[in-house]
Amino acid sequence: MNVTNILNEIEKIDPEVYGKLNSRRKVMKSFANISGKLALTAVPLAFGSMFQKAYAQSPGVPDIVGVLNFALTLEYLEYNFYIKAVASGIVPAGNDLNALTLIRDHEAAHVNFLKTAITASGGTPVSFTAASFDFTAKGTFPTVFSDYAVLLAVAQTFEDTGVRAYKGQAGNLMSNNDVLTAALNIHSVEARHAAHIRSMRKANGGLVPAGVDVKPWITGNQSGIGTTAVQASYNGEDLTTQAAVNIVNINGQIISANAASECFDEPLDKESILAIVTPFLA
Amino acid sequence: MPQQNSINSNLLSVNEGKVKGVSRRNFLGYLGGASALMITAAACKNNDSPSDNGGVNLGSGDVGVLNYAYALEQIEAAFYTKLASSPYNGISASENALLTDIRDHEIAHREFFKSALGTNAIPALDLDFSSINFGSRESVLNAAKAFEDLGVSAYNGAGKLLVSPDYLLLAGKIVSVEARHASYIRDLIIPGSFADNTILDANALDISRNPLAVLTIAAPFVKTKLNAGNLPNS
Repeated sequence: MNVTNILNEIEKIDPEVYGKLNSRRKVMKSFANISGKLALTAVPLAFGSMFQKAYAQSPGVPDIVGVLNFALTLEYLEYNFYIKAVASGIVPAGNDLNALTLIRDHEAAHVNFLKTAITASGGTPVSFTAASFDFTAKGTFPTVFSDYAVLLAVAQTFEDTGVRAYKGQAGNLMSNNDVLTAALNIHSVEARHAAHIRSMRKANGGLVPAGVDVKPWITGNQSGIGTTAVQASYNGEDLTTQAAVNIVNINGQIISANAASECFDEPLDKESILAIVTPFLA
Repeated sequence: MPQQNSINSNLLSVNEGKVKGVSRRNFLGYLGGASALMITAAACKNNDSPSDNGGVNLGSGDVGVLNYAYALEQIEAAFYTKLASSPYNGISASENALLTDIRDHEIAHREFFKSALGTNAIPALDLDFSSINFGSRESVLNAAKAFEDLGVSAYNGAGKLLVSPDYLLLAGKIVSVEARHASYIRDLIIPGSFADNTILDANALDISRNPLAVLTIAAPFVKTKLNAGNLPNS
């Protein structure tokens, strides 16, 4: 084997071989490769040294611990919400209670996962308790734990918002493959939750405005929830153009505007998410 | 298709930077990625690419990852198109409506990648769904579940392979919709199984798969031979 020959051959069929090994990869490769060989359970423990290396080598790298703490804040919000929801006594036993209990346990696991990752990174996890939250959102949802339809509406908003939050942060995690992948693996779980909660809302009825359909996916910027207080969580979801490509009737296919909006979920930035979440902080 | 080409050049310009020099470690990493699918030691010869298995070459870099996604979306779109044209026995109106939605979503995804890739797009794949009994609800929904869960794991695993933050965001916009599909399909099979412990790990995280694992699982449905040997591996 002649290494120079191999390189030349690769460059012939892949002129981008040098381009793809860009500075980001060069800087981050050393620890990304090492951590990739660790067992999944050991990954959080490896974060600390990886981050130290990352910061030492690249001062301009985004604040990954900050992103993780932002995610942890949202997971605490959801976890504490589902604790109260499950304990409210208004969730029908059987499939409904089972689902909300399962989701509660997932959020608890996400909280623990993120705490471990942040601590191992040398960061300090943010901390919240039940007393940190006001799920009436300062009186916007006074019956959140006494009216099942309201409870589900708040749950749907949290889940759909969580999906948008993780999506909005993915780009800030590109410097660390393991953290990025973990965040993506949480992101899709929040989307699974969102779809299920939306189906629960449809089955439970009481969607607003009357006649609106709530599907597992988001149609236009519709929430199906009768207050404008949640609209910020849905604004922008009606996008039907992606990367300058019009999705409606793309390439001669029959794709409605509704389908075009449904088939791509949209991100939200940190500031928009915090504005949505702040009313729920006591 | 001049319109597609101009879109293509906009989308793909991000990845054209060239950096001279490649470290031994990175080079070996690259070769590791090239071991993905049926790679031979042809690198020592002058008449072959190092990864030529005679299959359709997905390409390298972000283009390769997008072609990989395009291949998966072709499978999903074709599957749901067949499902919608011959619904299984006993399908409900609600199931028919939402499965038709999913068909439209997957067609839109497929066509989006085709447009985004422009002249870099792989051709339409020759697919084989003969193992699926389209008259049977159980057979169809189990196949749908497998495709959706596979798609979620594929996009989750592909995120780190992408260099362009724009593509990462687009993949993120799609993967959560695939997860919504997966959640719905799973609930159709067993209510409440939308995110059960057969798919999530102990930390309640979805799984991610690398292209080799994904394409191996998808292989029985794809007659066209694919060459994923040039995809990045990190």
